[in-house]
Formats: sequence, structure tokens, C-alpha cells
Amino acid sequence: MRSLIWLAAVVAVLPLLLVLFYVVSQGLPALRLSLFTEGPRPLGQQGGGVKPAIVGSLIMVGVGALAGTPIAVLTGVYVREYAGARSAIVVRFLIDVLAGVPAIIVGLFIYGLIVVPMGGFSALAGAIALAVILIPGVARVTDEMLALVPGSVREASYALGVPRWRTVVQVVLPAALNGVITGVVLSVARISGEAAPLIFTALGNSVTSTALRQPMDALPLRIWLYASGPYTVWHQQAWAASLVLVGLVLCFALILRVLFRRPDLS
Amino acid sequence: MSARDIEGPPDTAANLSGRSYPFGEIAFRAILMLAVAIVLGILIGLFVELSLRSRQSFSANGWSFLWTSTWDPVHEVFGILPFFYGTLFTAVSAMILATLLGVGVALFLVELSPRIVARPVGFMVEMLAAIPSVVYGLWGIFVLAPWLRRNVEVPLHDHFGGVPLFSGYPIGIGYLAAIAVLTVMVLPTVAAVSRDVIAAVPQSQREAALAIGATRWEMIRIAVLPFARSGIVGASILGLARGVGETLAVAMVIGASPNITLSLFDPGYTMAAVIANEFAEATTDLYRSTLIEVGLVLFLVTLLINIVARLLVWRVTGGERSGGALL
Repeated sequence: MRSLIWLAAVVAVLPLLLVLFYVVSQGLPALRLSLFTEGPRPLGQQGGGVKPAIVGSLIMVGVGALAGTPIAVLTGVYVREYAGARSAIVVRFLIDVLAGVPAIIVGLFIYGLIVVPMGGFSALAGAIALAVILIPGVARVTDEMLALVPGSVREASYALGVPRWRTVVQVVLPAALNGVITGVVLSVARISGEAAPLIFTALGNSVTSTALRQPMDALPLRIWLYASGPYTVWHQQAWAASLVLVGLVLCFALILRVLFRRPDLS
Repeated sequence: MSARDIEGPPDTAANLSGRSYPFGEIAFRAILMLAVAIVLGILIGLFVELSLRSRQSFSANGWSFLWTSTWDPVHEVFGILPFFYGTLFTAVSAMILATLLGVGVALFLVELSPRIVARPVGFMVEMLAAIPSVVYGLWGIFVLAPWLRRNVEVPLHDHFGGVPLFSGYPIGIGYLAAIAVLTVMVLPTVAAVSRDVIAAVPQSQREAALAIGATRWEMIRIAVLPFARSGIVGASILGLARGVGETLAVAMVIGASPNITLSLFDPGYTMAAVIANEFAEATTDLYRSTLIEVGLVLFLVTLLINIVARLLVWRVTGGERSGGALL
């Protein structure tokens, strides 16, 4: 029995190693400078890169994170610091439900909410879709991190005559800041890998665009497009782009792991 | 032990003197309520938006949309049964496999492994959730599917071709590949929640079992697993919800062909995948509206599954949220 459990642990870890191995071994040969500095070339030509996708990912993830984080953190603050017992349960439950909504459905929702009224696909719609996906994760982490701040810290602040809201803003939130930042960065890493909500919001673009009202490319979108196509050049670039994407996400996770040790859950 | 348990001075002072809250307090509360209202608005908006935009489909396709299996966009005949079937077939299979693995990993992390091994293993399982869906898809198409075809599907087909499960033509892309990829993607969710649930089993339970002479495995079997059972069920249902909604990785390896079959080797389709593949190319209003109705069905299915799972997990962990790993 003991060996079965060990076996499960080995089998569970194996896929990560395999995926990483292939992403590195297939992606590394295609990783050239031109990948970052050039746009896609017309079919039949060698070379080219995914610059529009890299720029687009940075912009949309940035805008999405800027839009979503304040809403999420404030929601987390409400749940932990202000809500009564019953409304805390309700809001927490809503956050969990929102976290469970498939990314593709969020894409459909933003399509109807923004793309149709605006009359076209746009980076703005993509960024908002990403924000919606970011919100539940960050709200949940904020809630959990605030819970770790001891009540005595709040009492000390009250004892000095500091009003409740300033206690939250200037004492409790700073005390939980490391954890909240970790949560935000991990959520940002997660949304930078999402392609499903972008397919019919940001649509993709083969020229570098920085306009929020125009269609924009993103790394995961480009990987999806390239992987589904029949051309070897595309496949190579898809692997290289995956290497860039996975490298970024894992670097974030590792650095955070070292910088701010989260309270050990195991 | 949260802020709620502590009565803040502004409240008491305000209440005692009969004055209202100071301005800063009111403004801050208003901002918080606005944020919560936005989150609530998103959820309500999701439902309303999807319902409104699928009205056209509903009036054209009617209820039989749900249980007919012809999908012919050219003649605008739509039935989603094959997608529904494909979604459930892949997600349920992946859930079962991921639960077996995930509970194994959870037991390993909580009960068995030396601490020095537990940390990296836990980290690596969490990191499985950090790999983007498209990267799993890419790996699935070019590495996993060909490998499965060579080493699993062809031998099984040769020796057990008569069994319906293995009767399809082995091409690599299909239900089996989708289930394999999904299992890996769902595993971190199931493992993380199972770990929390198993860790929540009171130590006294374990000690009692050991005290009456149980071996470590007997202790797990009689004291830990029964206590954690409903939480583990919740964990696997959460995994099911994730599997049902997973889109691109599945879309890339499942073969995109509406197919109701028992064979693991045949290509299939899922609700999420058909939306991802066809929505941007949907040419008519009815076609687009129909795909949104597929989205509405998918939304309701995941909603239901999530609610059941949360309730089960909450019952065990006592209201505190579980699945501590974010990613």
C-alpha cells in the first residue's frame, strides 16, 4: 500500500517534468532574437517572430491586472474586515462561484457586453475579460491573508484612537501586503497563460498594435493558432513561444516562493 | 479571530453618542460596497447576457436542442447531445483518474513522506496548474497523442479490439488523449483540496487508531479516510467542474468531431471546445446565438457542480475555504 502511494506521487510529478522537458528541448532551438523583434512573416518564408503577441500580452495583462486588482482587494477587505457573518459567507460563496466559471464563458460574456456594443474586437475587451478571471483569485487571497493578521494589531490601532477604516488601510493591509502581492503576481501569471477568453474578445493580430480599441495579439493566442496549423515553422515557433510563456510563469512562481514564503499549508 | 470579533472604537463611539459614522468611514464602506457590487454584477451579468443572447437560438431550436445529436451549421440544424456527452465523458473519466492519483498524492504529503520530500513534491504538483492550457494542448498534440497511439492504442486495439472501449481506429487524437491531458490539468485541484481535507482530520483520530494497534495503513483506512470522505468527494467534484470548463487543451487533442461513442480512440468534441473552435467563424446570427446557448448550458452545468462541491468541502473544513493553493 505504501508503495502504491509513492507510485501516485511519482506519477503525479512526472507530467510536469515531461512537459517542461519538451517545452525546453523543442523550444530552445527556435529561440532566436528575431522571435522577440519581428512579427509573423507571410507563409512560406522562414524566420519571423511573435513580437505582436509579446507586446499584446504585456499590454492586455497589464491593463487587466490594473483594472481587476483594486476591485478584488477591496472585495477581499470587505469579506474579512467588514461583512457580518452571514454576508461574509454569501460573498465568499459568490467569489468561489465566479472562480469556477470557465474562462471561455467569460470570453462569451465580454463578447456580448463589450465587443458587440463597441462594434468590433478590441484589446480593451480582452483586458477586461482577463480582469474578470483575475478577480476571484486575488479576492480570495486577500481574504485569507487578512485573516492571518492578529486581532491584537487591530486592537492596538483602535486603542490609539485610529478609526476603523484607517486601521484597515494603514495597519492591517500593510501587514498582509506580502501575501496579497504574492497572490496578485500569481494571478497575473495565470491570466497571462489564458487564451480562451481572448479568442473572441481580442481576436489576435499579426501586426504589432498598441491601440486598445483595435484587435491585439497575445502569446497564448498565437500558440493556439500556430499549434493548430499544418506548418513546421509554425510548430517550432509555437514551442519557442511556449518556452517564453512557461519560463515567465515559472520564474514568477519560483521567485515569489523564495521572496515571500507563504505560510506552509502542508 | 478576524476583525469582526473586535468592536472598533468608531462604531461604539458613534453608537453610544447616537452620532452617525464619520465621513471617512462612510466613504470607505461605500468604496468596498462598490467593489462587492461589481463582483455581484459580473455574476448576474454573465447569466443575463448569456440568456438574452441565446434567446434567438432557443426560439429556433427549442428544447430538442438539448437531446438531438445533429450538428449541421450549414443547414442550421443544431443539437448538442454529442458535445454534452463528450464533455461529461472526458471530465468524469479525468475526475476518476485524478481522484485516485490526487488522494494518493495527498496521503503521501500528509501521512507518509518525509518533510524534505513533501515540500518539492507539493510544489511540483501545484506548478502543474501554472502551465497554460495551450501549452498542455501543444504537448498533447505533438508528444502525448503520438506516444499514446504507438504504445497504448495500437496494442490495445490489436489485442482487445472486440471490446467497445478499444474498438475505434487508433489515431492518437481523440477521447483518450483528451482524458489524459484533462487528468493532469485537474490533478492539482483535487490534490490540493484533498490534502487540506486530510490534514484537517484531528490528530486524536490517528492516535486512537495507532493506540489500538493499527498499522499506518490501517490507521489511514479506518481513521483518516472515513473522516475525510465527503471532503474528498468535494475535491473530486471541484476537479470535475474544472474539467468540464477546460477548453483549449481539450479542443486541441480531442479531434473536433461530434461523436457519441464508447470508444476511447475515436475523436470527439466538448461544449467548451466547440465554442472555442466555431464561435469566431460563426457566420449567421442563429449559429452564433446557438453557440452562446451552448455556453449557457455549460455555465449552468459548472455552476451546479461547483455549488455541490463547495458545500461538501465546506462541511468538512468547517466554513474555512479550502484548496489553499492559488494556482
